[in-house]
Amino acid sequence: MVKHHLFWPLTVLGALLLFNLVYSPAFFRIELRNGQMYGSLIDILNFGAPLILVAIGMTLVIATKGIDLSVGSVVAISGAIACLLISKGADQNAFGLVMLAVAVALALSVALGIWNGLLVSVFGIQPIIATLILMVAGRGVAQLISGGQIITVNSETYNYIGAGALGSLPFAIYVVLIVLLVASLLTRRTALGMFIESVGGNPTASRLAGIRSRAVMFAVYIFCGLCAGVAGLLLSSNVSSADGNNAGLWYELDAILAVVIGGTSLNGGRFYLMGTVIGALIIQTLTTTIYIIGVRPEITLVVKAFVVLIVCLVQSEAFRKTLVQRFKMRKYPLEQEVKRHA
Amino acid sequence: MKKAGKLGAAIALTGLMLFAAACGGGSNEGTNNKGENKPASGTDKKVTLGFAQVGAESGWRTANTESIKSSAAEAGFDLKFSDAQQKQENQIKAIRSYIQQKVDAIAFSPVVESGWDTVLKEAKDAGIPVFLTDRAVDSKDTSLYVTFIGSDFVEEGRRAGQWLSDKFKDADGDVNIVELQGTTGSAPAIDRKAGFEEIIKGNSKLKVIASQTGDFTRAKGKEVMQSFLKAHKDIDVLYAHNDDMALGAIQAIEAAGLKPGEDIIIISVDGVKDGFIAASEGKINFIVECNPLLGPQLMQAVNDFLAGKEIDKRIVTEEGVFTSEEAKAALPDRKY
Repeated sequence: MVKHHLFWPLTVLGALLLFNLVYSPAFFRIELRNGQMYGSLIDILNFGAPLILVAIGMTLVIATKGIDLSVGSVVAISGAIACLLISKGADQNAFGLVMLAVAVALALSVALGIWNGLLVSVFGIQPIIATLILMVAGRGVAQLISGGQIITVNSETYNYIGAGALGSLPFAIYVVLIVLLVASLLTRRTALGMFIESVGGNPTASRLAGIRSRAVMFAVYIFCGLCAGVAGLLLSSNVSSADGNNAGLWYELDAILAVVIGGTSLNGGRFYLMGTVIGALIIQTLTTTIYIIGVRPEITLVVKAFVVLIVCLVQSEAFRKTLVQRFKMRKYPLEQEVKRHA
Repeated sequence: MKKAGKLGAAIALTGLMLFAAACGGGSNEGTNNKGENKPASGTDKKVTLGFAQVGAESGWRTANTESIKSSAAEAGFDLKFSDAQQKQENQIKAIRSYIQQKVDAIAFSPVVESGWDTVLKEAKDAGIPVFLTDRAVDSKDTSLYVTFIGSDFVEEGRRAGQWLSDKFKDADGDVNIVELQGTTGSAPAIDRKAGFEEIIKGNSKLKVIASQTGDFTRAKGKEVMQSFLKAHKDIDVLYAHNDDMALGAIQAIEAAGLKPGEDIIIISVDGVKDGFIAASEGKINFIVECNPLLGPQLMQAVNDFLAGKEIDKRIVTEEGVFTSEEAKAALPDRKY
């Protein structure tokens, strides 16, 4: 059981939840308010949804030994363009208008994914540099779209995407489930997953074995862009506004962290989608926990860093081995001494 | 060997720069003298003002920019405007180019507090007066700038605290307050918190039960407020360091089935358009204005200084406070 790749991430998540259970039992209370489930656990799923989405896309990119730093900017761009289109409309609640805005935002995200894919797979630029371009420029693009302002929309229809409820659960959770399902089916029920892992292991060897390495790389960056675009829609519709400056800021780092906590190696060649989902949930649970126990804002980041450090150490096999050996060594001389005196 | 070569080049380059700087200083002194004489000898030549803006990160900042541009035109100044896009190096570049262009005065809103000594010294050596707007610098040497025109964030916090203290003067039980702080470490966040605490200390019933940063953004404001609402069952008052966080928190309060402005009293600082709309709907009870329209005051200060008048080291912008009813009445005339 300990060998299972989900064992350590689940243990950490369990430990965090257990801490909350001890600290404030109300953490687990879920009630119905306005026909919507209401409670901290629901919050974690709802606010964690965008991060899970971005992290799912990131997992596949990292599996090909790549990295996508531009996701945060794509989040901002997608939210900004959707809110801009809706705010220009005559009737902001019109279903057609909102659908159009969503379609345009997603199309733009795919286009940005294509841009990244082009730089990485066709022009052979290193992923960290190729996507850094869009990470920096993208924020500027988002501000250009929003005119440097926060765009506020008054659209119940758009607001439903990020804050609405379907069958008393937040709609955002269903979005995540659908994307997760699609990603899992595509990668685990078809050969695509193996192709991705093989390209991550060795692109040249994969190509010689008959896999179209470039096409696979292209595809993962497009998928990652799309995931970030959906996350941008969730984030902006949740607060009914688009903030080109701050939406999705540092999301790329949280997403990479979620992927790593989930057990996927940055060296590529292997990936765990469920691990990533749990990793993202750990990050969001940690954030919520910090709010609830009232850690002072000045030291919030230190507390976060400390927990992340522990999570990473616990996951490291080398560290665990050293720890066990230390423990054994310490016992050994003690026994000897006792013997000698006897 | 290679290293020595590089070092040599660096030394040569530094020498060249010093030489250039010395030359610049010399020639500027001449213009400065002319500048000082100008107002006395007649206003035939326009005053040139170089302004280095932070960026266009919010509605507040845009209103600030508009105010400076329009009031410069009104005062008949030749305004040279640059947008630093929230980067200090861009601002320093802009200020250096103003020094080279030998403008009559430089004004800017520093992106961050520290790291300005060198460039301000250059301006001082060139004899160009510097005016700080909206944000201060932490230079020990206050002779580096003429004056600092801007809001008093501590006073804003005090005003928020005073209104609350008056409102709950005769409260029976404890009044539980939650606070949404601005970006950790930023001057407005530190000062608005300090001013608020200073006043509410006077009323033992007012208690801050939770305080957390919302990074001045709606999304974080909503997320943090949602956690507050779950962790604390009896929140009476929300104090948000800016309107955007308050707007996010209002959504969280509504999602919890409570009425913002009634079940939870909301106080906020800034007074941007969306905040005013929320206040006019009764969702925000009290707004302390943080006025971006400081253009006229800046032009006045520049004119006064060039005319040789004494001016204060600190000029506080004129700011108001608004209750829901006042916000409703003032909404049609708001410029930002």
